[in-house]
Amino acid sequence: MQNNVLDYLEGSLQRVPDKIAYADDQVELSFADVKRIMDSVGTGLLNKGCNREPVIVFMKKSPNTIATFFGVINAGCYYVPIDSEMPATRINLILDNCKPRVIICDDSTIDIANDFDYKADIVLFSEISQTAADVQALAQVRKRTIDTDPIYIVFTSGSTGVPKGVCACHRSVIDYIEQLSETLGFNEDTVFGNQTPLYFDACLKELYPTLKFGATTYLIPHSYFMFPIKLVEYINEHNINTVCWVVSALTMISAFATFDTVVPHTLKTIAFGSEVFPIKQFRLWRAAVPEAKFFNLYGPTEGTGMCCYYPVEREFADDEVIPVGFPFKNTEILLLKEDNTLAKQGEQGEICIRGTSVTLGYYNNPEKTSEAYVQNPLNTAYPEIIYRTGDMGHINERGELVFHSRKDFQIKHMGHRIELGEIEANVNLVPEIKLSGCIYAKEQGKIVLYYVGDITEGDLIKALKSKLPRYMLPNKVNRLEEMPFTANGKIDRVTLTNMYNKK
Amino acid sequence: MNELLEILSDLHPEVDFATATDLVDGGILDSFDIVSLISEINEEFDVTIGASELTPENFNSAEAIYALIKEKLDDED
Repeated sequence: MQNNVLDYLEGSLQRVPDKIAYADDQVELSFADVKRIMDSVGTGLLNKGCNREPVIVFMKKSPNTIATFFGVINAGCYYVPIDSEMPATRINLILDNCKPRVIICDDSTIDIANDFDYKADIVLFSEISQTAADVQALAQVRKRTIDTDPIYIVFTSGSTGVPKGVCACHRSVIDYIEQLSETLGFNEDTVFGNQTPLYFDACLKELYPTLKFGATTYLIPHSYFMFPIKLVEYINEHNINTVCWVVSALTMISAFATFDTVVPHTLKTIAFGSEVFPIKQFRLWRAAVPEAKFFNLYGPTEGTGMCCYYPVEREFADDEVIPVGFPFKNTEILLLKEDNTLAKQGEQGEICIRGTSVTLGYYNNPEKTSEAYVQNPLNTAYPEIIYRTGDMGHINERGELVFHSRKDFQIKHMGHRIELGEIEANVNLVPEIKLSGCIYAKEQGKIVLYYVGDITEGDLIKALKSKLPRYMLPNKVNRLEEMPFTANGKIDRVTLTNMYNKK
Repeated sequence: MNELLEILSDLHPEVDFATATDLVDGGILDSFDIVSLISEINEEFDVTIGASELTPENFNSAEAIYALIKEKLDDED
């Protein structure tokens, strides 16, 4: 039985060693190249004495970064991707949480890494990837690795201002890749066009099926996502037939009437998720590429990538929401009501995930872990952990799961999962700030911040840039003389929302 | 032009849009900004910017964006 994600490479390496595995506009790596880099990086880490520990990969998005991830796993360690777009404050919190001994950098990040408050052994990719491979040592590591060993930690927004590191193992990733590949029909001819950053679990969809099938993934340069015609031309030029993108990347193309000029005719499988796909935009897509299959995917990082899928085949009314559908094979969704009993059909409940896909927990954070990774309340006979997503949903009359809302102040903004509390916590760190309250204007898709304090809107945004990732920066900032409060002394978000809507 | 500068500084209060000439190439505007910018321009000036006009050159400076809007307004007359 396969118990290591890297076993996926073996078959592809035999069949198609020279085929392109991962490419962007600067670097192309064949499967043989991936193997070479992975063995060198793995050996390099073993030479440094690394053993079952987090290794930070701080490199710009590139095929080399992906091969480095595999190199970390090859050494029996787990990769923690960070990115130069992350602000220094956030990176420091991540380093404090992981306490890594080694940080792998490239030429574009080494200067930033040398400036970190946290001190670690900083290695350049260009050097560690030249290490002579110690095949025997790597084989020893492979032999003693078990499938519940971690392979990565990715960080997600935390409501107190401290990001949480979701830690996943071989087994949950293998489970996910098997079910996803079967459902979406990936094979050796699949050509992925990747959109999502490498520092989230979203990119699992492309990274591992490429290894498994000997497929190809193109990392589409970020700037193309501003210019829809160039983007579609890129898809056609590279014969990309499969995309798994956030909804906003797809609607950007359809909303600008790009299809009047150029159609992505090579696309056969279009998966999207993380947000609601407006039906009008969806219809434009279906009309443009009628042969393609469309899938809505749903799932939190804690459930390893995605855990539910919905093939969009029937017609939808303008105001209808596309369901999140059905759990993948080997995953069960429990809809739990407040009293921890199962919701009946049509009743709302919290979406809870049961199965191998549930990740190991938040790294070095037992408190947050125990809040969300809990004993299945329906099972008192033996230990069984389920993950409580905090998402509310119901089963419709067709038996499909439909997402409703959040239990808390977590939002989805342009495909990113954000805790409004994390934004406020960081705003409150700015010395001039007395009070702050953040709301999400769903219709306009804007994060709106209200604050009281002796600082201009512009200076506040400038200060926030060193603390928050770009996608978490408020889109509208308004200074107030006084903050509205509710009767029991909390910041009154309802009033703030009304203030915004009146404007 | 002032209306446009106002829209832009609403998006990024920290940037001096009157002088910046590398809004796209310098990574100041990202794809989310472009999307909101175009919908705001549509509201304010009543012009629709199509996919073919979405190029880095047209969005690198406030001046270039304004030129694009003016061209569209003149076309309609």
